[in-house]
Amino acid sequence: MSPLPGILKGLITTARTALRPTHTAEYPDVAPELPPRSRGVIALLEENCTSCMLCARECPDWCIYIDSHKETIPATTEGGRDRQRNVLDRFAIDFSLCMYCGICIEVCPFDALHWSPQFEYAEVDLLDLLHEKDRLHEKDRLGGWMASVPPPPALDEKAAEPAEIAAANRPARGAGPAGGAGGSGPRMPRTVRPRAAGSPRPDAGGSSPAAPSPPDAGEASP
Amino acid sequence: MSLLEATLRAASVLAAFLVLPLLVGQAEHKVMAHMQGRLGPMYAGGFHGWAQLVADGVKFVQKEDITPRAADRWVFRLAPAVALIPYLLAMATIPIHPGVAAVDVPGSLVLVLAATSVGALGTLMAGWASANKYALLGGLRAAAQLVSYELPIVLALASIAMAGGSLSLMALTQAWSPWWLLWQLPGGLVFLVAACAELQRPPFDMPVADAELVMGAWTEYTGLRFAFFLLAEYAGIVVMSLLFAVLWLGGWHGPFEDTLGWLWTLLKGFGVAVLVIWVRVAWPRLREDQLQRLAWLWLVPIALAQLLLTGAGVVMGW
Repeated sequence: MSPLPGILKGLITTARTALRPTHTAEYPDVAPELPPRSRGVIALLEENCTSCMLCARECPDWCIYIDSHKETIPATTEGGRDRQRNVLDRFAIDFSLCMYCGICIEVCPFDALHWSPQFEYAEVDLLDLLHEKDRLHEKDRLGGWMASVPPPPALDEKAAEPAEIAAANRPARGAGPAGGAGGSGPRMPRTVRPRAAGSPRPDAGGSSPAAPSPPDAGEASP
Repeated sequence: MSLLEATLRAASVLAAFLVLPLLVGQAEHKVMAHMQGRLGPMYAGGFHGWAQLVADGVKFVQKEDITPRAADRWVFRLAPAVALIPYLLAMATIPIHPGVAAVDVPGSLVLVLAATSVGALGTLMAGWASANKYALLGGLRAAAQLVSYELPIVLALASIAMAGGSLSLMALTQAWSPWWLLWQLPGGLVFLVAACAELQRPPFDMPVADAELVMGAWTEYTGLRFAFFLLAEYAGIVVMSLLFAVLWLGGWHGPFEDTLGWLWTLLKGFGVAVLVIWVRVAWPRLREDQLQRLAWLWLVPIALAQLLLTGAGVVMGW
């Protein structure tokens, strides 16, 4: 009969699998190897946040809550103008609503939100999934997740140049022959601001947490 | 036999009845897991999950014992006992050491056969009394399977009884010789296949086919009664494995059989149990008609041929 070889094959296959090492990951004892860019929890780098509300408005299920107030910074120079800035009072993400789409992180112009691979924040009470930026427990702090944010993984081979680097490497507009496509000689830039390589523009959205004003604002507020 | 000795024998059989099925169950957990590239239970009890089945038992005890309103109360409640106790009886008659069996009766082979058949009756009772269509179908499938596979088992055992010239398991094991390994091989294979089917183990688990019949005759059972059915299944594996080890593999025959005979019996039985588990992991379930085909077109003719061969052997004095 023809089924006999197949039957023996089944026995051999299972026996061979039994002799090989298993695939089981003993999770609570052994940390899982997560792929890069894993979406575990959203971490907040508070210093970078300007309370611009973009994330809250883009969030598809409205799970980000932001409260802020304006503060006046007195002019530093004689006769100068007073400046106003936003101070973040409350930043909360309700992870019982969050669907981990990552749009808030995409949309943040100042890299205040980051994906952290940390995923062990299950709670007994649904309400405890509302992560405030400064809850009492260190574990529950939205900002506390920042410690677990890994450095960004290296770009893939043949990937396009990162936008910041491409912008920095691009020749200043009007300086090279590429800018003179109009044919009538080198065109002068229309704006007054020169866009030299040393301008602060490209790094404003960079990863340096020491953005110009927010850190000292905390001390200035009382 | 004094009362003390009888009590002692009964207690030891009960202890074996409670320990050996758990050993087989744990072996099934681990062997099946590794055959599927998993680890199986690892936490209960600390060392490689050895206490997993104990924990399962504790869990089953805590569950509510439900009898459906439409069920035939007494039959429904009695069925697990009917499924379980015959295997206890069968286990008592199996000789494990030269001259040692809990109960040594002259016709123990017939007794074992009768007891295991009654065990399958428990499934039929459960299926009939549950007042549930899945349970009823499962029970009827179990009955059909029992009718088909009892015959090959009886024929295979009859061949052994002829070869050994006795109906006592003890005498048959005494009469065993390595030559039987070859001479009785076809009957042995028939017995193994039919025993798997009798126990409703995969690949012959049509009566409990969970994809079609939920859990077959056990669908309505909860808690301890359900656990008894599971225990009966594993006790059945132990009984059938030991029976095969004793009759076809020589039981206690081996080096130092005067002192280590019991060990050889248990080891051989355990090896057969692992084979039963292996078969479960490796092969898919047969269809109902394939099951009947296998029984009537293959097993019964092979068993009859074995009977003929044995008869010829006995007459010629091999």
